[in-house]
Amino acid sequence: MAIIRGKKAVLPVAALSVLALTLSACGSGSEGEGGGDQPAADCANYEDYGTFDGEEVSVYSTIVDVEAESLENSWADFAECTGIEVVYEGSKEFETQIGVRSQAGNPPDIAIFPQPGLLAAEVASGNVLPAPDAVEALVDENWSEDWKGYGTVDGEFYAAPMLANVKGYVWYDPATFEEKGWEIPTTLDEMMTLTEDIAAEGTMKPWCAGFESGEATGWPGTDWVEDYVLRQAGPEVYDQWVNHEIPFNDPQIVEAFDSVGEILKNDEFVNGGFGDVRSILTTPFADAGQPVLDGECAMHHQASFQAANWPEGTEVAEDGDVWAFMTPGVEAGSSAITGGGEFVAAYSDEPAVVAFQTFMASGEFANNRVEQGGAISANKALDPSLAQSALDRQSIELLQSEDTVFRFDGSDLMPGAVGANSFWSGIVEWINGTPTNEVVDTIESSWPQ
Amino acid sequence: MEDLGEKFLQVVIAMAIFAAVIGIIMLLVDRAPKSFRDKATIIGFLAPAAILLIVGMVWPALQTTFLAFTDRDGNLTGLDNFIWMFTEPTALVTLRNTVLWVILVPTISTVIGLVYAVFIDKAHGERVLKALVFMPMAISMVGAGIIWNFMYAYRGVEQEQIGLVNQILVWFGGEPRQFLLEAPGNTFFLIAVMVWIQVGFAMVILSAAIKGIPADIVEASRLDGATAWQQFRSITIPSIRGALVVVITTITIITLKVFDIVRTMTAGNYDTSVIANEMYTQAFRANEPGRGAALALILFLMVLPVVIYNARVLKKQKEIR
Repeated sequence: MAIIRGKKAVLPVAALSVLALTLSACGSGSEGEGGGDQPAADCANYEDYGTFDGEEVSVYSTIVDVEAESLENSWADFAECTGIEVVYEGSKEFETQIGVRSQAGNPPDIAIFPQPGLLAAEVASGNVLPAPDAVEALVDENWSEDWKGYGTVDGEFYAAPMLANVKGYVWYDPATFEEKGWEIPTTLDEMMTLTEDIAAEGTMKPWCAGFESGEATGWPGTDWVEDYVLRQAGPEVYDQWVNHEIPFNDPQIVEAFDSVGEILKNDEFVNGGFGDVRSILTTPFADAGQPVLDGECAMHHQASFQAANWPEGTEVAEDGDVWAFMTPGVEAGSSAITGGGEFVAAYSDEPAVVAFQTFMASGEFANNRVEQGGAISANKALDPSLAQSALDRQSIELLQSEDTVFRFDGSDLMPGAVGANSFWSGIVEWINGTPTNEVVDTIESSWPQ
Repeated sequence: MEDLGEKFLQVVIAMAIFAAVIGIIMLLVDRAPKSFRDKATIIGFLAPAAILLIVGMVWPALQTTFLAFTDRDGNLTGLDNFIWMFTEPTALVTLRNTVLWVILVPTISTVIGLVYAVFIDKAHGERVLKALVFMPMAISMVGAGIIWNFMYAYRGVEQEQIGLVNQILVWFGGEPRQFLLEAPGNTFFLIAVMVWIQVGFAMVILSAAIKGIPADIVEASRLDGATAWQQFRSITIPSIRGALVVVITTITIITLKVFDIVRTMTAGNYDTSVIANEMYTQAFRANEPGRGAALALILFLMVLPVVIYNARVLKKQKEIR
């Protein structure tokens, strides 16, 4: 009988597997530690934070890979000088997992939220602690009211902004513009005139665009509309629109759609290098700028991250292969931009956590991080000369300027049913030929009651 | 490498747990009192499968059914989600498309597969010809979606075409078309992709069935002077009826659940959505789990009769044998 003979082996195997299971549970999960082999840091800057003897602060965010490494390097000196051990964990599942973890009573000490909406949801669940006074003082000093507002829920300030990105850039080839004598537009009307001039000139279409992005197809179009709502109707209307205090089919929103449509829904003006208006829908967003380099299209509207979409070796500079100007306002000199950023909130008020949170809101952190490239911040204590590219420098100057009105990407603030579904599919229908009124009515009806 | 080592460790651990569970069950069954041993053996060996089925299938199915009658915030709303499904224009388009898929894919795939199987039967180079048609089966549906996205790719009249289908159109003097944007034609272009995949499956099964027809029947019909068509109608088809049913029902079930092709190629835009895609979109993107669950329930109800029919035919065949 095989069963009886095997019996002797069964118990040890069972015991062994239980042991193995326990061990693996302890060992799983990758934990990052600050770079250890760097030269001893100058601790003078960090004296005010106090010293902590090996106390741990756990940090959880969406940031992974190279970006995570840069992030960890940014606080390496801080950790060394204060003695705080920062245990960093980055996960692409952050958005779903943060709620699960805080509900389960296992939140990180610090969470870096990629969206104000998610922060608000976590605040509503009652686990996030209001920001310490030191953090609030720093934010009052270094950030604009707009930015502080996105870290505030129901009048209570919770989270300091961290890094930022800027949308609404219009990419162009400086050499072509110079050769043809085209001027950078300073108002939306001038941009329209320029569009008509380029179309009349005839060597290339004025615009190229691509909205294809798998199931998220349409999102680059939401950026267009958001840029126009903010510039034409102003920040107050923008806020009302995003918070659904005015309906999605409000005449002012329809106007923004129609203004964008004058460009994007006109076969004369799009889609350089790809075909007619509807080819926007089948062109992947990352490929859509290419015709600018090929001389088949003059302008391409995309966020600052487009800098990474150009082929390797493309020089992004005012006198390089490609450069960008900010989508202008209705009047010359008005500066309103859309973009995104992260927010640092705490689930613990241990002194070490407070120290870390304060550091994250400081100019030192912003400088450390920006110096490593690939990131910008709206922190006014940030030194723009540390930026690693000309575009980053331009973005930082825009963000730091007193006159700049900053608004968070609207579709990120709207409920998921709209911002990550009906707004996208609405843009798709709209480009595919559906009139504006029908599209905004459909989106309005999808807004959760 | 570290990752690989970790994965390997996980495999070993999983196998150890499996061995441990089986070992414990065997031990318990073996230790059971004699009077009870038969029952203990049956329970002991069926319980793990039953528990996994209940935890992994029955319970979620019940939960989904319950969800289908709730709204976004979990309040019971009666039939609201179903009313939405059968009144909202976009939801109706989804249902219509699913019906189109279910009618067209199994019939076209089976017909083409059958005709192909009959014509290449005993032909020169049969294996190569079979392999060619069967190959799409080996490609994942997402892969097929991406391939056909390129086939249908569109560039303006003045640009060079990069999609084969449009290039052929242009060669014959036509204008390039946006195949995937124009409803309702686009649904048929998506269906073509599924047919391309499933023909191979139909062909292989039916070809095997044709080879299984006893040679004496075929010979007798020839001696009786049956034409090729008469032979096909009165000998081949009745002889492979069982295989035909299996092929059609299997493809029908696969088609009802189609998701990958639609999601990869159009993401359900341009009136091409089908139930499975809409279910995902509603539940996970639009944050309407109730609507998603209602769609899942309808999908389940549509698949159920096909599965029952399939099981019955298989059972009948076993009885005959």
